[in-house]
Amino acid sequence: MKSLVLTNAAADDPWKRRRQQSLRWLYSLGGFAATIAMTFLGLLAITFVIGRVVPIDPVLAVVGDRAPQDVYDAVRAEMGLDNPLIVQFIQYVGSVISGDLGMAVTSQRPVAEELARVFPATLEMATLGILIGVLVGVPAGVLAAARQGSWIDQVIRVLGLAGYAIPAFWLGLVGLALFYANLRWVGGPGRIDIFMEGIVPSRTGLLLIDSMLSGDWAVFRSAWSHIILPATILGFFSLAYIARMTRSFMLEQLSQEYVITARVKGAPERVVIWRHAFRPIRIQLVTVIGLSFAQLLEGSVMIETVFSWPGIGNYLTNALLNADMNSVLGATLVIGAVFIGVNKVSDLLYRILDPRAR
Amino acid sequence: MMQLSHAWLVDENPETRFQAGAGQTYRMVRALLRNPLAVVGLVIIIGLLVVAAFAPVLAPYSPIESNLGARLLAPSADHWMGTDELGRDIFSRIIHGARITLMIVLLVAVISAPVGLLVGTVAGYFGGWVDRVLMGLTDVFLSMPKLILALAFVAALGPGIENAVIAIAITTWPVYARIARAETLTFRNAEFISAIQMQGASHTRVIFKHIMPLCLSSTIVRVTLDMAGIILTAAGLGFLGLGAQPPLPEWGAMISSGRAFILDQWWVATMPGFAIVIVSLGFCLFGDGLRDVLDPRNRTR
Repeated sequence: MKSLVLTNAAADDPWKRRRQQSLRWLYSLGGFAATIAMTFLGLLAITFVIGRVVPIDPVLAVVGDRAPQDVYDAVRAEMGLDNPLIVQFIQYVGSVISGDLGMAVTSQRPVAEELARVFPATLEMATLGILIGVLVGVPAGVLAAARQGSWIDQVIRVLGLAGYAIPAFWLGLVGLALFYANLRWVGGPGRIDIFMEGIVPSRTGLLLIDSMLSGDWAVFRSAWSHIILPATILGFFSLAYIARMTRSFMLEQLSQEYVITARVKGAPERVVIWRHAFRPIRIQLVTVIGLSFAQLLEGSVMIETVFSWPGIGNYLTNALLNADMNSVLGATLVIGAVFIGVNKVSDLLYRILDPRAR
Repeated sequence: MMQLSHAWLVDENPETRFQAGAGQTYRMVRALLRNPLAVVGLVIIIGLLVVAAFAPVLAPYSPIESNLGARLLAPSADHWMGTDELGRDIFSRIIHGARITLMIVLLVAVISAPVGLLVGTVAGYFGGWVDRVLMGLTDVFLSMPKLILALAFVAALGPGIENAVIAIAITTWPVYARIARAETLTFRNAEFISAIQMQGASHTRVIFKHIMPLCLSSTIVRVTLDMAGIILTAAGLGFLGLGAQPPLPEWGAMISSGRAFILDQWWVATMPGFAIVIVSLGFCLFGDGLRDVLDPRNRTR
């Protein structure tokens, strides 16, 4: 406010000022919405192009290769493939917006329906993963910055490197061999022990919550023992990133003059770190967490494949192996859309929360 | 004649262009060698190059021929890393796999860096609607999830190393375009560019001869840092059966074939993973060191 009074010529008229401010807000929101729309359109264009690149002739797949030419042409026209590309693209965008992602070739069910069925499993694992990443990563990063050069700082450094250099699918396999096969600490692949499948009614699709709602603790324990390893491994990668970013944000704050002032005034170290230095970086962390949640969704493709986790990533890789293009493109579209959405929302949150970015 | 001495290299007033260039390289290399982690990275990368170059000499067994009598042997003096389900020596396969990994990273770098450099410098140099169109395209690609995009492209193009390389290159060029554009903007209006233009140089000449070389160092840093990610993505594609096809000893595909035996014969899937981790780590460490030397503004703390 104070800076506005100093810089804005209309400062003497509060109504005018407020109107100007909200106009500026609307304007930037409009630009923001336009960027999002462009990005989604770009995503659709990419999946559309990929769908065209495929060397499989979709008409032949329907009519078979011994169909006469007139049948072929009729089917081709019916599928809208004789229209110009731009018309086909508009039709494609229209059908995606109305929720039609085509039929899955292998199961002969709508792709959208199948994706809705598998998505909760991914959401459950990714959420647990990001919780682990945030709850461990943020304090670790703060501590590493507070005690620069200490063992925890070194650990964060090594973890950060490991996050870049270790393949997620390999870590998953090693984890399975160690914690499941050797130590028997956790359950194996899959979401739950086979004999417990389908016991609790599906309300949210999230097994941990469904079993809690039904009060069936045996199912909960089984589900927990299956989810904890893949979620931890997923969380490890966001942990590495979140801790590293937290550390560098904190170092930046700790070198600021107001922190030195707080120290000189004799504030206890704990207060200096958590109240003075940590508070201002919370907004930056929102963006980092959003970013790593989006990356985590992407990483879940590999982890789900390794753990036979019946989520969208596993669905995607199965569809890839079956060359089921409708399912591949549908899953790509959904993961891409969620990825973009999460990124843009965290970007928006940053703009709303940070007074400097407003 | 010229003498290659320390004094000649660090001379503050070089007499020739060659001396200035050599001196700069010398100072850079010295700074790099003072960073122990970067040296570790460099050693790993040189190790990878040597192993790839001399793979047939270094590998004790054939990477392809199967020996069903020696299936799934545990690591021993004969087979340092054990054998796989077809009795092939895993150590030898990893050594030969270094060639495939090296080929993939090099090809991706050779395709995506020039494309990104071209798009970025053209956008930055011309500005206006050219800039808006090219950068809009770049931003769309940048905001996509890379791995998923690569997966979808390979699914469409068909599995195989070449297609995996193309798919990865499609997802990596936008970063270089962004960097090159940012660099170009910093000196687009500089006097030396105007001077060249007034001498009658064409836009092509200005971009290729005067702008691109200046964007090279930051692009090289970024490419080195991205190498680890490229290796992981390529291995991931191999793991899913979309990259290198059997019997090629690609590390990701090797992990995939060991997956069936992970509970009893852990070494089949584990050993190639160590190779991936070490090589990726090498590129990370070296890239970090290179960034500190070439691009001190973005120094990590």
